[in-house]
Amino acid sequence: MRFERRQDVSLPALAIAPFAAVAVTLVLCAGLIAMAGVNPPTAYAQMLKGAFGSRLAITETLTRAVPLMLTGLAAAVAFRARLWNIGGEGQFYIGALVTAGLGHNLLSGLPMPLAIAVLMAASMAAGAVLLVVPALMRLRFGIDEVVTTLLLNFIVILFVGLMVEGPLKDPMAFGWPQSVPVAAGLRLPDLVPRSRLHVGLIIAVVVAALVWLLQARTVFGAETRAAGLNPRAAAFAGVPLTATLVKVAALSGGLAALAGTIEVLGPTGYVTTTMSPGFGYAGIVVAMLAALHPMGVVAAAIFVATVFVGADSMSRATGVPSFIADVIVSVSFLTMLTALLFTTYRLRR
Amino acid sequence: MNETFDILTNASLWAAVLRIATPLIFGVLGALLCERAGVLNLGIEGIMTMGAMAGWLAVYWGAGLWTGLLIAALVGLILGLLHALLTVVLGLSQHVSGLGITLFGSSLAYYLYRLWVQVGDLPPTIQPFQPLKIPGLSSLPFFGEAVFSQSAPTYLALALVGVTAWVLNRTPLGLALRMCGENPHAVEAQGLNPIAIRIGAVMVGSGLMALGGAFLTMAAFNSFFPTMVQGRGWICIALVIFASWRPGKALLGALLFALFDAFQLRLQTSVSGVPYQLFLMAPYVLSIVALILVARRARVPEALMQPYRRGER
Repeated sequence: MRFERRQDVSLPALAIAPFAAVAVTLVLCAGLIAMAGVNPPTAYAQMLKGAFGSRLAITETLTRAVPLMLTGLAAAVAFRARLWNIGGEGQFYIGALVTAGLGHNLLSGLPMPLAIAVLMAASMAAGAVLLVVPALMRLRFGIDEVVTTLLLNFIVILFVGLMVEGPLKDPMAFGWPQSVPVAAGLRLPDLVPRSRLHVGLIIAVVVAALVWLLQARTVFGAETRAAGLNPRAAAFAGVPLTATLVKVAALSGGLAALAGTIEVLGPTGYVTTTMSPGFGYAGIVVAMLAALHPMGVVAAAIFVATVFVGADSMSRATGVPSFIADVIVSVSFLTMLTALLFTTYRLRR
Repeated sequence: MNETFDILTNASLWAAVLRIATPLIFGVLGALLCERAGVLNLGIEGIMTMGAMAGWLAVYWGAGLWTGLLIAALVGLILGLLHALLTVVLGLSQHVSGLGITLFGSSLAYYLYRLWVQVGDLPPTIQPFQPLKIPGLSSLPFFGEAVFSQSAPTYLALALVGVTAWVLNRTPLGLALRMCGENPHAVEAQGLNPIAIRIGAVMVGSGLMALGGAFLTMAAFNSFFPTMVQGRGWICIALVIFASWRPGKALLGALLFALFDAFQLRLQTSVSGVPYQLFLMAPYVLSIVALILVARRARVPEALMQPYRRGER
């Protein structure tokens, strides 16, 4: 038995892949749930109820999906060009930090939309730097960007800790290490009254659509794809590899930072070193489940958010440790990876 | 300056260096074995976490310390097999699969720990490995305290550096393994099976990584808690590059790194007015700087990250 490359990527297989991967994952994780002495179908039903069972639950799930959409887009954009951005977590935090730092009182004279645009641009620039530098290090010195972006995550989170305990510390927070809040006038308006769901959801979906257009309809999009599929062939065809990768890095780092910006302008209002339950890393799973398609990212982000919000509520109801959410998400990542193989290869005896 | 001198001539600093270096030595040897056979194993962080949890849990449930280490290594072998199935047999991206193993290993470790261990106000503890004073040598001045009063796994790690170097450079198995990392087609031409050799290398390497994790919960500390591996796996991946894929240099890199780490820990307590985060950042910054310094000279295994499929070039 061996693998044989298909002539073309099989589109039906590509469409089925995420559903097959999730189904296999749920079966595999049922064993772990059963080990906790809970009936797996009951647990999964509890999760669905926890994520969609009430108006509050639905808004919470969608609120959780917003940063995942943006970190997922960040990973999808980079992975498409074979730029392994694992630094989404650090880029998220730098975006959040810049937003709180500038948005506290520095922009008080500007009208709200302009001030928010300035905040987003500044955060995205900071996030872009955090990925362009590792990308250049790969291009110039051949240093694997996975290692550098991962190490940068630790550095950035320590830096955020330094800032929220030092220069940006909120004196009104009773000694808790949290940053000064952004000005109340800069907070994003609610989408649904009496919930945490904010217009960031619309921003994230619009950004996903823009990224899709960028990839499908522009020269830059074609160049990224070519650079990712076969760098040598792309270089022969006249694609400027270095410039393309730097642009991809700037876009990807910027998108992850934008997630941090929107999280601060939306639900939290300030920065702490624990504000992200791994949004950057989960973004990688989201991108993979979406097979790197920008609109697929929106759906995959909602799925991952469903698992996290649903597992919290299921855990309270049944006593299954809430870490089951992380297990489900990571297993679905591995099964999706395997499923994607069958879209380009088939088994031959 | 005086302070620096005092810290550096204190035997307890050098004892700490070996202690801090031990998990890194296990991890870097494991990563090195995988990479010399042509497989990047970014699952290291998750494998170390699983090793830390499994070894600790076995002892917590009444097993002996050495049995605990063995169980940790077995868990590493299994996760290594999973990584090998995905990257060697199926030929998936080693970057992406490795990250998947890390996410899976860490989350499974946290889940099982919460499932099986009642955590009160404080995490439960075990009786960890105690310092093993080598008779005679441990009464030497300075070196007695610095080198010959370590816990048993530290000596094991140091011995494994020699064993790994010997196997890689002096045995037919080592030659075949290195050839898998340079030119798997040549291995096939010799009538050997590069796929089997790669699977074996990734499994053994992952077993070593798990031992590194187990050292954290069974010798350096006495309890398990989430995120305790703290990026040590990623630092090992950087150290392999720093060491130019050689076991001897890997030991040197791990020791240098640990010296730096032990030194900053002591500076932290003696220097005031500097935010402690800057000290904590230093090891990660150091790793990146080291990568930049050696990157131009690094001799990467030729076939690293290239999947081998029969009949496909």
